[in-house]
Amino acid sequence: MSVSHPLEQMEKVEATRLGFWLYLLSDVMLFSALFATFMILRHNTAGGPAGVDIFSPPYVLLQTMALLISSFTAAVALSAANHRKRREAIRYLIATGVFGLVFLGMELMEFSKLVGEGHTWQVSAFLTGFFTLVGTHGLHITVGLIWLGTFLFTLRKRLLDENMIRKLSLFTLFWHFLDLVWIWIFTIVYMFGVGL
Amino acid sequence: MDWLLGRFSLDYLPTEPATIGAAIGMPLGVLAVVALLTYFHKWTWLWKNWLTSLDAKKIGVMYIVVALIMLIRGVADAFMLRAQTATSGPGGDGLFDVSTFQQVFTAHGTIMIFFVAMGLMFGLINVVLPLMLGTRDVAFPWMNSVSFWLFVAGMILNNLALVIGGFSNGGWLGYPPLTELQYNPGPGVDYWIWSLQIAGVGSLLSGINFLVTILKKRAAGMSLGKMPIFAWSVLVTTVLIIVAFPILTATLGMLALDRTMGMHFFTSDLGGNAMMYVNLIWAWGHPEVYILVLPAFGIYSEVVATFSRKKLFGYGTMVAALIAIMFFSFVVWLHHFFTMGSGANVNAFFGIMTMIIAIPTGVKIFNWLFTMYRGRIRFTSPFVWFLAFVVTFTLGGVTGVMMAVPAVDFQVHNTLFLVAHFHNTIIGGVVFGFMAGITYWFPKIFGFTLNERLGRYAAYLWQLGFIVAFMPLYALGLMGAVRRIDHYDNPEWVPFFIVSAVGVLIIAAAIGVQLLQFAYSIYKRNENRDLTGDPWDGRTLEWSVPSPAPEYNFAIAPTVTRRDEWWYAKNELKGRPHKSEYSDIQLPKNSGAGFIIGVLSFCFGFGIIWHMWWLAGIALLAIVVMIARRTMNDDSEYTIMAAELFELDGKRFHTEKKVSV
Repeated sequence: MSVSHPLEQMEKVEATRLGFWLYLLSDVMLFSALFATFMILRHNTAGGPAGVDIFSPPYVLLQTMALLISSFTAAVALSAANHRKRREAIRYLIATGVFGLVFLGMELMEFSKLVGEGHTWQVSAFLTGFFTLVGTHGLHITVGLIWLGTFLFTLRKRLLDENMIRKLSLFTLFWHFLDLVWIWIFTIVYMFGVGL
Repeated sequence: MDWLLGRFSLDYLPTEPATIGAAIGMPLGVLAVVALLTYFHKWTWLWKNWLTSLDAKKIGVMYIVVALIMLIRGVADAFMLRAQTATSGPGGDGLFDVSTFQQVFTAHGTIMIFFVAMGLMFGLINVVLPLMLGTRDVAFPWMNSVSFWLFVAGMILNNLALVIGGFSNGGWLGYPPLTELQYNPGPGVDYWIWSLQIAGVGSLLSGINFLVTILKKRAAGMSLGKMPIFAWSVLVTTVLIIVAFPILTATLGMLALDRTMGMHFFTSDLGGNAMMYVNLIWAWGHPEVYILVLPAFGIYSEVVATFSRKKLFGYGTMVAALIAIMFFSFVVWLHHFFTMGSGANVNAFFGIMTMIIAIPTGVKIFNWLFTMYRGRIRFTSPFVWFLAFVVTFTLGGVTGVMMAVPAVDFQVHNTLFLVAHFHNTIIGGVVFGFMAGITYWFPKIFGFTLNERLGRYAAYLWQLGFIVAFMPLYALGLMGAVRRIDHYDNPEWVPFFIVSAVGVLIIAAAIGVQLLQFAYSIYKRNENRDLTGDPWDGRTLEWSVPSPAPEYNFAIAPTVTRRDEWWYAKNELKGRPHKSEYSDIQLPKNSGAGFIIGVLSFCFGFGIIWHMWWLAGIALLAIVVMIARRTMNDDSEYTIMAAELFELDGKRFHTEKKVSV
């Protein structure tokens, strides 16, 4: 295995970080398109239910808390990793994963409840936009959880070195970003939806 | 068997003469290539030197080869369209039935934009950007290979539609509700969606890759203000790609959800809103035209400075114009559908913005003209392409400003006047620019120059063919001929359509001359070797290395102190660098993963198009595994030792000495 020059290594790290930020920018645009479409279509209920008929604010608030807590534990895990506290970092990352799963599980329960009541994405443009926007966020969360899982799996047999901390910092960036998108969904989809 | 074959059945095999021809011809072509490769024992060579290479220059060449093949397909489509309209006047039946005609104009537009123009653009950027910036590679060489193979996967899906299932009939932007399931239940629109979706992801990754390359990998001392203008144009283009392409992904994704999940984004019932699609697709589509033309502008800037033997006039205003275009390109999208009926104020806003965006473009035209002023001009073939561009593109710009006036646009909306306008800018701006770029940088990659005489003939023929093909369309548009018309009964239109068809033939002849130019130049390559590495007396860093450029680009990383560094540095050469000035360098190892991800993406797209969900699922899973494996693999580079580099670089000084004697 070849060992790169430290300066070149440094350059690569910076390049990866910038590249990841640019990816996040592109994801902002993807979500913007979905948000814009949802805003345009959200009153087109076509005789089906409106947001106020199907959303339960306390339930969504609980869901939001789960995601916010997972974002917080991810930040604590990164801080612990930066201080080379491997065990603590792993513990908080597992907590991140658990709260992320709680969030995702609650979302899936909400979806299956709606579908069970006959409020599927085929009913109206409003539900189409709702399932797609929230579902796309959920898909990102799923990818994040898989990423976290493989990270923890590799960490089993490895030291928490510079390289791993870097990968972890990119993951936390992604996770906080999803948190931010969710706040927008919480506000525009759910709060506007129930008329708050 | 439904779970295995999805909705595929033998009814989807081609039945029209034109498509049967393609269905037999394309596999025969592929078989011929396979046979030749086997006969000459070139499989290993192809795999090791090209398909798995992470060298940006080679990836660039592969992009250009694919794009040129697609250009031939696109021009063949164009000829079919004009042959139809030349024969489908009063009393004429035309050569093709309506359904085939619709597929052909959809394929023509889709292929020309996504697989010709985008391919040539990414190809030329790959070939020349790292060299110009004085760096050894792009920021993410492996991702670069993945981008290329996603582009190829999309291209193959697009062409496969000819053979199995038929292509979309919805035009190059696929407006719903025509492209919704209700009116288009077959696989054609799905082919269109997924070929663009896969190629589009590749474009987004390329955009990120090149922007990071520019921001992080420039030579020491090369501040942004000392970059060549081509690099500036790529910077602005990549910003546009990163911001615009996700909108395309989202929009096509929503249309796909409508079609496969029964959703109602753009349907005509249950609250769907088709105009939402039109707005979204143009929020991507308008920046897209600048994504294509800005790198071409960059090429003209390099060509005009080199062949006028002067530094580019107005560097600062060039950069300012590029940045202005970057912003304005996002606030003009509505001019594509003034007729939507959004009211006078909205239309006025977008009309004025559209006129304003012509100003920075005009600034650039004048800068190029002033660069020529009092220059020592050499009329080489890249320069002829440039001159053809100035005339053609300016005319296209003027008709564009005409249509920026909503009142005028209402008259010519969706007529052949519009078709003539955008071909005027795309052929005049984009195609001529990329042809100039290919001729200009060819020796840097292959080590010999292309035949100049044939190059000039090709440029003249293209220019002539363009005028003959498209001036009649302006007239027809003003006479009321709508675009995409398959039959008409006005006898006055017939001569115009016939002239236009002759024009396409002239363009086809021009491409023939270009192919001849390649063949003849390769045949005579020993007479046109570029031994100096600087055949045009260039100004930027790519001309400071030998031709063909070595895999590592620069044996010693260059340092830059001013614009047009090489123009001044070449007169200050201090003989051969000492051995101690060389140091070990790392280059990326070959990787077949990009190729495999391309194959898997093709399977993924094919699976979704035909509802073979098992295939799509397995392919997606395999892609995830491929990417995960790569992220865990740290051993992806090999080293060229300083001593070896010293030897390799020595050859350059050896040949240069011979030349000077």
